[in-house]
Amino acid sequence: MSELRDPKKKLWVKLEGSIVKWLFMLCALVSILTTVGILIILLYQGYGFFKEINLWEFLTGTRWTPILKPRSYGVLPLVSGTLIVTVIAASVALPVGLMTAIFLSEYAADRVRRIVKPILEILAGIPTVVYGYFALTFVTPLLQNVLDDLLIFNALSAGLVMGIMIIPMVSSLSEDAMVSVPRNLREAAYALGATRYEVSLRVVVPAALSGIIASFIIALSRAIGETMLVTIAAGATPKMTLNPLESVQTMTAFIAQTSMGEQAVGSFEYNTIFAVGLLLFCMTLLMNLLGFWIVRRFREAY
Amino acid sequence: MNKDKFITGNINPNRRLRKIIGACVYLLFLLSTCVGIIGLALLIFDVLKEGIPWINWQFLTDFPSRDPKEAGLLSALFGTIWLMFLTALFTVPIGVGAAIYLEEYAPRNLLTRIIEINVSNLAGVPSIVYGLLGIGIFVYRFGSDEMFLDRVLMAGALTLSLLVLPIVILASRESIRAVPDSYRQGAYAMGADKWQVIKGAVLPSAFSGILTGTILAMSRAIGEAAPVIAITALVYITYIPAHPFERFTVLPIQIFNWVARPQDDFRSLAAAGIIVLLVILLTMNAIAVFLRNKYQTRSEE
Repeated sequence: MSELRDPKKKLWVKLEGSIVKWLFMLCALVSILTTVGILIILLYQGYGFFKEINLWEFLTGTRWTPILKPRSYGVLPLVSGTLIVTVIAASVALPVGLMTAIFLSEYAADRVRRIVKPILEILAGIPTVVYGYFALTFVTPLLQNVLDDLLIFNALSAGLVMGIMIIPMVSSLSEDAMVSVPRNLREAAYALGATRYEVSLRVVVPAALSGIIASFIIALSRAIGETMLVTIAAGATPKMTLNPLESVQTMTAFIAQTSMGEQAVGSFEYNTIFAVGLLLFCMTLLMNLLGFWIVRRFREAY
Repeated sequence: MNKDKFITGNINPNRRLRKIIGACVYLLFLLSTCVGIIGLALLIFDVLKEGIPWINWQFLTDFPSRDPKEAGLLSALFGTIWLMFLTALFTVPIGVGAAIYLEEYAPRNLLTRIIEINVSNLAGVPSIVYGLLGIGIFVYRFGSDEMFLDRVLMAGALTLSLLVLPIVILASRESIRAVPDSYRQGAYAMGADKWQVIKGAVLPSAFSGILTGTILAMSRAIGEAAPVIAITALVYITYIPAHPFERFTVLPIQIFNWVARPQDDFRSLAAAGIIVLLVILLTMNAIAVFLRNKYQTRSEE
């Protein structure tokens, strides 16, 4: 560090050090600004919407016809569309993901785990348009062989494929939680004569429960926010229905399908997507916070 | 006391039965694990079966067309390359800078805590919401109906940068944290100041980890369609964008356009497009894995 002997250079080194420190801090603040930006834009444009439409009417209305007359802005059909797809996805992904996690953490030999885990990671890395294509051109025709009333666009195949899509989220987060359960708990149970499945289901799963539930919540929040799959495969008909064979429209699909057309800014339609976006953002934010909170609050410390 | 009861309280004394149940449960777990793998296999099989016959030189070098036999994805391919290049240009310096700040400089205080929670929360925000952010502040001037950047590459790249920033920050933090403290102390002992330590000792040994994280973040960005489709709207691009302020399309959007058409030929084109997209993703992931392995063996030496 001969440069430090020269006082001018030493000053420069010090100056450079403090400049980069501030630069790096600015970089870190970009993430805060992103959140603030999201909130401001959603609230600002949402305000334009809620000036005209009563919030209560929006949240409890059962007709969503923003383009057709008579216009009606009850968001419940979009929420029910989202819910039905999410419930189907959850009924696939939660049990399958959890059992996969148990298999990988408690049963699988090291060699098997080293092959299976990367394969499941591929599943998580496939773009969602691809899943949309798969649901529409493969799963729907397949199901139509069995179910006569199944429409081309339907909640069922979108939900099933979304379930497959979020399996890796459930399985990898749950497996992490199970792997971190200490060995001696398992060994104590074995010493008492428990079999492998008893150890897995009665010792490991309860001990890892907070991580498992958090993985469920985070996967569900991912399902609620998923866009392209439902835009392609679930349809574009906002409908209050619990029938999975029908075509529905989710909140995300509404935003995507509406923002694809070049709507005039400041038009009421334009504000509508931000109002739905605000609702979507709040729902996923609450679920993510709940997930983090559960992990922190109920983590068993060993 | 409680825990004893929990484990042994209602266990069936019949050992044979317990063994049979155990075998059934094992089978169930095994089958569950196969569900994901079979789903992936079916998906890849379906895409290959539909798409392979449509992949040829003309498909890669032609612009989209109303005639499926003449359609190609050249404009989408170059749109994707452009978008990735610009996104990396914004994300990497900001993400690495933020990671360095959080790992090396940040004091343990409320602000740091807020930034950390905020970063992990941002990773969970649905991507379409980023699309709304992009329309609201990059495409249009905030809160008005005049264009700011318009629906161009630059607006898409800025939006995607914000989307993948949390991934780059988290990955970079991890690899910076993995640099042994002895490196830092060694550099300090030679009289280096903080920035010189980071520049000379920390960053070089965290470099490949940061690179790996960046590649993975980019491969996430390549597949994203929802926020980009909100930015571009549905367009029909038959040129290669020459600069960042032209309108564009990308592979996932082109695929979406083709899937959305009812004709079978266009669906097959979509499958062919998916193959191209997956090959690009696979290549990027292979590079990331290769770098990770190389990096791991080196740091063990």
